[in-house]
Amino acid sequence: MTVTPDLDRRFREAAAAEGLLDVGFDVVESPIGPLLVAATDRGLARIFFDAEPELHLELLAHTYGPRVLRSAVSVDSAHRQLDEYFAGDRSSFELDVDLRGAAPFAQQVLHQLARVPYGQTTTYGTLAAKVGSPRGARAVGMVMNRNPIPIVLPCHRVVGSNGSLTGYAGGLDVKEKLLRLEGALLP
Amino acid sequence: MMESTVAVPPFESFYVEHRDVVLGFLRRRLGRQAAEDAFQETFLRALRAYDRLDHGEHLRAWVLTIAARLVIDTGRRSKPESYELPELPVEDGRPAYAQIEHLAGRLPPTERAAVVLRYAYDLAYDDIALALDSTPEAARQAASSGVRRLRAGRIHDRYA
Repeated sequence: MTVTPDLDRRFREAAAAEGLLDVGFDVVESPIGPLLVAATDRGLARIFFDAEPELHLELLAHTYGPRVLRSAVSVDSAHRQLDEYFAGDRSSFELDVDLRGAAPFAQQVLHQLARVPYGQTTTYGTLAAKVGSPRGARAVGMVMNRNPIPIVLPCHRVVGSNGSLTGYAGGLDVKEKLLRLEGALLP
Repeated sequence: MMESTVAVPPFESFYVEHRDVVLGFLRRRLGRQAAEDAFQETFLRALRAYDRLDHGEHLRAWVLTIAARLVIDTGRRSKPESYELPELPVEDGRPAYAQIEHLAGRLPPTERAAVVLRYAYDLAYDDIALALDSTPEAARQAASSGVRRLRAGRIHDRYA
């Protein structure tokens, strides 16, 4: 006896509509490959480049609670804004974020990161100075590497002091692609 | 001795693992259309209780118990008003299944599940086997040894 896609969808929608989820997620297609997007009642919580749900369910349950369910409506607004961003129609995201999983220093850095404007780059050192830790470029690099919400929190706009792209959790080619999309690199 | 406990899995994994079994059970009891409504309600109830689970053992039996209770509720609601319900043996206002669940609370887990599903929810041994991930014959044996144990009052302290 197999549950039909329609029955399945109705349950998932009802679960989200009743506010019963600790975290809802869905897989969102994008020009840089499928993304796993997860949100809580506080806001957008995670974007994973590796979109296989099985890889992330335990982490999501551990961080936000066991009521983890795939449900498109939970990430509706993030999905729409990401589509607009990749189409070149959106230069800033209007989304609440849930940074519960991040340490206080990381949260501080991520809040500063969110202010780096579309189409511009900054350096790890500059970001470190902005959170009052001028020697903390390396620590900032670590925070970027573990950024829970890449793309929306634009760690792709942070580069080395010599202008090199340095690194990116989603791969350097993805970082380059995002910067080209934003016109921060020559096409 | 401590029993090793299984962690509660993320709800998505639990739902995907048991949804077909639950739907099959509900269809046999309620028919196609009513089963779909009850299916959604079963998993919504499971979701409401999910963050209060202490461990991830016997989750199939747990969710089938929720489904079976819903079948009973659905049966009650759909009875015409003029129909006289037979008197159920009720003690301090609790329905029969609540009493059996209470009594069986001190049995070992498999026997408890078998007794409750058989006598409180009137499940067939085929369905109980499904719930316990075993065979109908093993389910029958678990239920009858549970009943013998209850009658004899021989319940070991560690299940108290």
